[in-house]
Amino acid sequence: MSYIRGAWPLLGGRSGVCRCLHRNQLSSSSSSVVLQSRCTDVFQNLALEDWIDANVDLQQRSVLLLWRNHPAVVIGRHQNPWTECDLTAVRRMGIPLARRRSGGGTVFHDLGNLNLTFFTSKKAYDRKRNLKVITDALRSTAPGLDVHATDRLDILLNGRYKISGTASRLSRKSSYHHCTLLHSADRSALSTVLRPSCPGIVSNATPSVPSPVANLLDHAPMLQWEELVDVLVRQYNTEFGFSAVSAFVDPADESAFPGISRAAAELRSWDWTFGKTPKFSVQTVLDLTDKESAVRSSAHLNMEVKHGFVNSCKLFVPDDWLPPHLSAALANALVGERFCRRRASVCVAAVVCDSGDLRGRLRRLSDAVLSVMS
Amino acid sequence: MAAVTRGSFTALRRLLTQQYRRRCFRPHGFRSERPLLLLSNNRCLQTLQCRTLHTTMVSRGPVVQFKLSDIGEGIMEVTVKEWYVKEGDRVSQFDSICEVQSDKASVTITSRYDGVIKKLYYDVDATALVGKPLVDIETESNSEVIQEEDVVETPAMAREEHTHQEIKGHKTQATPAVRRLAMENNIKLSEVVGTGKDGRILKEDILNFLAKQTGAILPPTPVHEIHTPGPAQVSAAARLASTSVAIKAPPTTTARAIFTGKDITEPLTGFHKAMVKTMTAALKIPHFGYCDEVDLSRLVTLREELKPAAGHRGVKLSYMPFFIKAVSLGLLHYPILNASMDEGCQNITYKASHNIGVAMDTSQGLLVPNLKNVQLLSVFDIALELNRLQVLGSKGQLGTSDLTGGTFTLSNIGSVSPLQTHLFM
Repeated sequence: MSYIRGAWPLLGGRSGVCRCLHRNQLSSSSSSVVLQSRCTDVFQNLALEDWIDANVDLQQRSVLLLWRNHPAVVIGRHQNPWTECDLTAVRRMGIPLARRRSGGGTVFHDLGNLNLTFFTSKKAYDRKRNLKVITDALRSTAPGLDVHATDRLDILLNGRYKISGTASRLSRKSSYHHCTLLHSADRSALSTVLRPSCPGIVSNATPSVPSPVANLLDHAPMLQWEELVDVLVRQYNTEFGFSAVSAFVDPADESAFPGISRAAAELRSWDWTFGKTPKFSVQTVLDLTDKESAVRSSAHLNMEVKHGFVNSCKLFVPDDWLPPHLSAALANALVGERFCRRRASVCVAAVVCDSGDLRGRLRRLSDAVLSVMS
Repeated sequence: MAAVTRGSFTALRRLLTQQYRRRCFRPHGFRSERPLLLLSNNRCLQTLQCRTLHTTMVSRGPVVQFKLSDIGEGIMEVTVKEWYVKEGDRVSQFDSICEVQSDKASVTITSRYDGVIKKLYYDVDATALVGKPLVDIETESNSEVIQEEDVVETPAMAREEHTHQEIKGHKTQATPAVRRLAMENNIKLSEVVGTGKDGRILKEDILNFLAKQTGAILPPTPVHEIHTPGPAQVSAAARLASTSVAIKAPPTTTARAIFTGKDITEPLTGFHKAMVKTMTAALKIPHFGYCDEVDLSRLVTLREELKPAAGHRGVKLSYMPFFIKAVSLGLLHYPILNASMDEGCQNITYKASHNIGVAMDTSQGLLVPNLKNVQLLSVFDIALELNRLQVLGSKGQLGTSDLTGGTFTLSNIGSVSPLQTHLFM
C-alpha cells in the first residue's frame, strides 16, 4: 500500500509509468482501484464519496472506498433528525450529526465501524453481490462464522445480530452502495444517542428500523482491523476479477480533490442537515402544572415544520389560565424561526418580557414549548 | 482548446469520458464524427460551431411525457421524496428533477430534455411507478426528442465541463452567454457560486471567480510529509498561462517551504475607524482580559503518547507546540486577530503569515522570538523550531530574523497559578 496525495497515479496520472499502466488498464473492460481514507471526519469522507461519484468515470472502472469516522450520527437523505436521535445528548457529547445523500436509516459511526462504498456504473449496480464480498471474506478468515445477508440487505451474525446496514445512491449514470461493518464499535454510546429528541412528531420521513447489534471482534477475537481490511480487499478482487491496488487518500486535500471543501462545507451546513428534513408536525400536550400550588393545567401544541423552519404554530391554552392574545403572541413569535431551542428562546424572550403580571405563567408556557424543541 | 487543459484536472478528464480520451490522441479532431443532429440539445456547442448569436426566445415544441425509467434490481415503484422543479420552471438536459427513494436507495432523476415543466404527476410522499409518466416537459421546437439516453450522452459529456455542469442533486442555471464566458476561461460552472435567483450563475459570478483565481496563490504543502506531489494548483490563470504540464520533482532537501501568501491591506472605515479614534496614545493596542479554565486531560494523554516518539527524533515535546498550533488554527477563523494598523490608524493590514511569538526569558533579558508561518507547520515542526529558538535564546544568539516579523504573541506564565493571571496575547 502506498500513500499518495490524491489518487492521480492510480486514476491515470501523467508520469511515464502511470500512463502505460493507464492505457493497459483501459484496454480491459473492467478494472478497479481501492482507496482508503486517511481522514476520520465524517463530513470530509461523505464529501469524498460525492466527489468520486461526480468526477470519476465509473463506466470504465469501479472504485471501492474504505473509511471510518470519529463518533458521529449519520442520518439518511430523507430522514428527520429530531426523531432519529437525541440532539441535546449529541450536542453535549460533542458528536457531529451528518445527513448523507443516500437513503436508508440512521447509523452511529465510530472508529470501530468500517464503512465500505462500492462505486460502479448504474449498469453494474448489484448490492447483493457487494454484500457477498463481505460475507465470503468473513467466512474465509473465520471459518464457521455464521454471517449472511438478508433481503433487507442487512448482514446478520448468528441469525439475529446486525453487523452491517446498507444504503445507496443512484445518479444519472453512476451509483454507489455503501454499508457499515461493526468491528469493535462502542455500543453503549449508540443506544444513548439513537432515540428521539422530542415527543409527538408526526412525519412521513423514512423511519429507522432498530435492530440488536453485535461487534465482529466479540465473535471472532483474532480478527484484527488490518486483517479485516486486507481480507475484504482480496475478496473484492476475487469476486469481481479485479487486480486492484489499494492506496491511502486524504480527502482534506483540496488540490487532489478540487471542490471537495465546498462539498464538505455544504454537508456541514444547517440548511443541508436540518433544512432538508421532510415536512413534519409536532402535536403534543404541554404540562403546565404549577409546582407550588400543584394546580394541574395543560395546553395543546400544534406546530408545522417545513425545511426546518416553523411554518405554523398553534397553542390551545385554557382561557382562564392565560388570555388568548398572550398565547397567540407566543405562538406567532415562533413562526418563521428555525425549529431550534436556542433560536426560539431568543424570539420568545421578547414576548415574555412584555407580559406584565402574567409573566410567570407565560414563562412556564414558553418553557414547556421550548422543551419540545431541541 | 482541448489539448491545452492543465492542472489537476488533466488526469481526471482522462477518466471522465472515453470520447475525450479519443480526442486527445487526435489534436485536430475537434469536430465530432457524429452527426450534428445529436448534439443539437447543447445550445452552447451549436453556438460555437455555427458562430451565430443565440437568443433565449425559442418557439414551442411538443409536450413530452417524461417517464420514470428503470432503476434496476427489478424495482417497480418508488416514493417521491423531493421535487427540485415546479410547474413552469425551465430545465436543461441533465438538470435534476426530483429525488425518489426505494428500498434504502436514494435516486436522483435527471431531465432528458431541455424545456419547460408543464405538469408534475406526483406529490411528495406519493408512490411513483416505473415506466409511467413522471413529468410533462414542453420541449423546444429545435431540439431533438431523445429516446435513446445512452446514444446522446457521450458526445455531450465531453463538453460537460465547459458548458453545463451538473453536480448530482444540483442544477446549475446559467444563460448561454454566461456559459460561453465560463467555457472561454476554462471554468467549470459547478465550481462557481451562483448569486442569481435560485442559485443561477450570473456574469458577475464568473468574473468574481476569475478574480479570485488570479489573486489567490496556494502555498505549497510542507516538505516534511512524504508523498508524491500533486500537479500545479488549479486556477484559470495558471491554466491559460502555462504551456506544458510539469509534475514537481519530489523535494529531496529539507529546505523550508517558500510561502507566497499575500498580505491584504484595506482602508479602515466606519465603525473601526471610530473605535480607533477613541483610543488614547498610551494604549496603542487594545487590552482585553479574559480568564477561562480548559480541561486538557485528552491533551495530557496525547502528549504522553507522543513524547517518546518525539524524543527519538531529538525533540523535546512540551505543551507549547500544541498551544501554538491551536492559536494558528484559531487565527484562520479570526484573521482580524492577526492584523495590525499603520501609524495613522488609516489602514488595517491582515497578515497572511502566522508568525507566532513566544515570550522567553533569555540571557539578553525578556525576548520574544517568533516562529514563522505556523500555518504551514505541523505540531512536530513547531516543537523542532521552538527547541531551536530556545537553544539560541539560552546562548544569547537569537538573530534579527528570529526577533522581527511577529504577528501574534503567546506568553506562558507556567509557574504561576493560571487562575490568577491573564494570558496577554
